[in-house]
Amino acid sequence: MRDLLERLVAGGRPSEPLPLAEPRWRVTPARVHEEMLRRLGRALAIREVDAGSCNACELEINALNNPYYNLEGRGIRFVASPRHADLLLVTGSVTRNMREALLRAYDAMPAPKLVVAVGDCGAGRGPFDENYACVGSVAAVLPVDVVVPGCPPPPLEILRGLVTAVAARA
Amino acid sequence: MHGYALATPPSKLPGPLPVWRVDVARAEWSALAAAVRADGGRLVSLWGSERDAAAAVSAAYATGAGLLLARLALDGADDAYADLSPWFPAAACMQRAIREMLGLRADGARDERAWLNHGNWPRDYHPLRAACSGRETFAPAPAAYPFVRVEGAGVHEIAVGPIHAGIIEPGHFRFSVVGEKVLRLEERLGYVHRGVEKRFEGRPAAAGVRLAGRVSGDSTVAYAWAYAMAVESALGVEPPARAAWLRALMLERERVANHLGDLGALGNDAGFGFGLAQFSRLREDWLRTHAERFGHRLLMDRVVPGGVAVDLDAAGAARLDAECVAVEASVRALETLYDEHAGLQDRFTGTGRVSAELAATLGLCGLAGRASGRPGDLRVDHPCAPYDALAVRRVVETGGDVAARVRVRFRELHESLRLIRALLAGLPGGDVQVALPHGGAAAAGIGWIEGWRGDVLVAVELAADATIARCHCHDPSWQNWPVLEHAILDEIVPDFPLINKSFNLSYAGHDL
Repeated sequence: MRDLLERLVAGGRPSEPLPLAEPRWRVTPARVHEEMLRRLGRALAIREVDAGSCNACELEINALNNPYYNLEGRGIRFVASPRHADLLLVTGSVTRNMREALLRAYDAMPAPKLVVAVGDCGAGRGPFDENYACVGSVAAVLPVDVVVPGCPPPPLEILRGLVTAVAARA
Repeated sequence: MHGYALATPPSKLPGPLPVWRVDVARAEWSALAAAVRADGGRLVSLWGSERDAAAAVSAAYATGAGLLLARLALDGADDAYADLSPWFPAAACMQRAIREMLGLRADGARDERAWLNHGNWPRDYHPLRAACSGRETFAPAPAAYPFVRVEGAGVHEIAVGPIHAGIIEPGHFRFSVVGEKVLRLEERLGYVHRGVEKRFEGRPAAAGVRLAGRVSGDSTVAYAWAYAMAVESALGVEPPARAAWLRALMLERERVANHLGDLGALGNDAGFGFGLAQFSRLREDWLRTHAERFGHRLLMDRVVPGGVAVDLDAAGAARLDAECVAVEASVRALETLYDEHAGLQDRFTGTGRVSAELAATLGLCGLAGRASGRPGDLRVDHPCAPYDALAVRRVVETGGDVAARVRVRFRELHESLRLIRALLAGLPGGDVQVALPHGGAAAAGIGWIEGWRGDVLVAVELAADATIARCHCHDPSWQNWPVLEHAILDEIVPDFPLINKSFNLSYAGHDL
C-alpha cells in the first residue's frame, strides 16, 4: 500500500491542455445548436462503435482514457449503452455485417444525437472503400456531424473532434 | 526434409526462413495432416485460391524442420477436399471461411454454417473467385444463425454483442448459463469482414503493404514485415542488414506497446484501476516516442517491401536506449505491486485455465500458448536475421490461467526491452532500403513473423508483372478464438471480460 501511494505521489498530474475546436472538420454546424449545448452542459457521454476498423482507431480511442487527456476530469466519458449517450463515435468504413448493429445503436440514442466519424476509413478515405463487404463510410449510413481524419488519428485529434462536435459556433 | 511419405519431396522456397513446398495428391492431403499431427507439428493456416480456372487449397504446417506448405489442386469436377479438423480442430472455422470465399467444400466437415457471410451477400457468391470483382453489392438478407442450444432445467442464454460494453471490436458471444456458471460459450465472428484479401488482387506488390499493415492495427509491424518477407522472397530480393535490424527493433517495440496496454487493462478488469492508469501512461509515453522517432504512433507503413521507410540516427538510438532503462524500472515496480496485491492475484489465479493437454489438442499458439506450456516462438525456433544474432530467451509458463498469461507478458516485456537494447547496440550501418524489380516470372513467397499475439503468416502469389494475384493473411486468433470457448467453461460470467482480455484476440485479423 505504501509503495502504491508513493508511486501515486511521485507520478504527479500528467493532464495536458484541451485542444481548440477545429471548425473545418464540422460537416453540419447547424446541427449543434445553442439549446443542445445548454442541455449537455459541459458533460458528454460517448458510445463508441467499431463498425469495421482494423482496431488501430480503437487503440487510439482507448488511449484517450489515459491520464494525459484527463477525459473524465473534463466531463467526457464513455458509456456502455447508446441509451446513455449524447454522441456516437464511429470507426471503420462500416462493414455490411455491422451496418444493422450501427443503425440500432443510433436509433437507441436519445436526441439530439451527435455522430463523429473517426479515422480515414470512417471518413470514406481509407483503403477499405465500398465493396461486397463494406458500405464505404459512416456518412453513407448515418448523418455525420464531424469527421476526424487520420490513420489512425492520434488521441489529441480525436479529442479535438469531440470538442468540435460540441462547440456551439465556429 | 521430413520423413513424411510423399510422392514428391518438398522443395525449399527462397527466403530467410526454412519454408518447404509440396504439391500433394488427394490421398496425401489428409495422410500428411495425420503425420504432422503424430509428429507434434501444428496447423498454422489453411486457405484456398483460384488461378486460371484451377482451384486449390493450401495448408501450412509448423514442423521441427520449418514451415511445410502442402498444396492440393482441385479439378473442376470435384471441388471438395478432406476435412482436416479431426487432426487440427482449428481447421473447422478456416474451412467454413474457404467455403464462402471460394466455394470449396471440406468433405466430412460437421459444421457447415456460414461464418463470415451474415446474409449480406448471396451464399453462392464467392468473392475470391476470379469471376468476381469484389465490387459487386447485394441487398442484405440477414439470416438467423443457429446457435447450439443447451437444454436442461434452469439453463438460459446471455447474448452479448456484436457491440460490446467497452471500446473494443465487435463480435457476438452466446453464453448458456445456469445461475452465473457458464455451461457453454459459442462465438460468432465475421462482423468486421472487410474483404481484405480480395482488395489485394491486382495491386502492385509494393503497394499491398498498406493493406497488410491494416489487417490488425495492433500488429501492423508484424503483418507488414510478414508481407514484405513474402514479397521479397517471391522477387528474390534481400533487404539490407540495417533494415532487418530496424524491423526487429520496431517489432519488439510493438510487442512492448501491446504488453503495456494489456497489463494495464488486465489490472483494470480485476478492479485495479491504478494499474490501468500507470500502464496506460507508460504506453502513451512509448507511443509518443514512436511518433517522434519513427513518424507514426503505431508504426504503420514503416516496414515496406525492400526494407524500411525510416532510419534512426545516433541521437534517436540513445533516446530509445534510455527509454528502455526507464520503462524497465517502472515495470519492475508495477510488477511487484501486481504480485503482492492479494485481491488482484485472487482474480488472476486459477481463472480461465487452459491445460497443456487442451492447448495441445486445440492448437493454442502464441502468447496464450506459451502460458499453457506450448513453447512455440519463431524468434527462437526458426530465427531469421537479426534474431539469429540475439539468442532470444523463450518465455514459457505452465499455469494456463489468467495469472500465467499475465506472467508471460511481464517476462516477455523484460526480454523485449533487453532485445531492443541489444538491437540498438548492434545496429549495422548502410542503407535501409533496396529497390524492387518490376517483374519477372510469376512467383510465390511466404512471410512468417512472431508478432506479439502469436505467429502471423502471409502467403503471396505474384503475377509476372509483380502485381498481386493472391494474398492470404493469417492471424493467430484463428487458432485461439475456439480455445477461449473452453477457457470460460465452469467459470462465472463476470470473469469473462478478464479471461477474454488475458487472450486479447483480434477480431479484425480474424474476420479480414
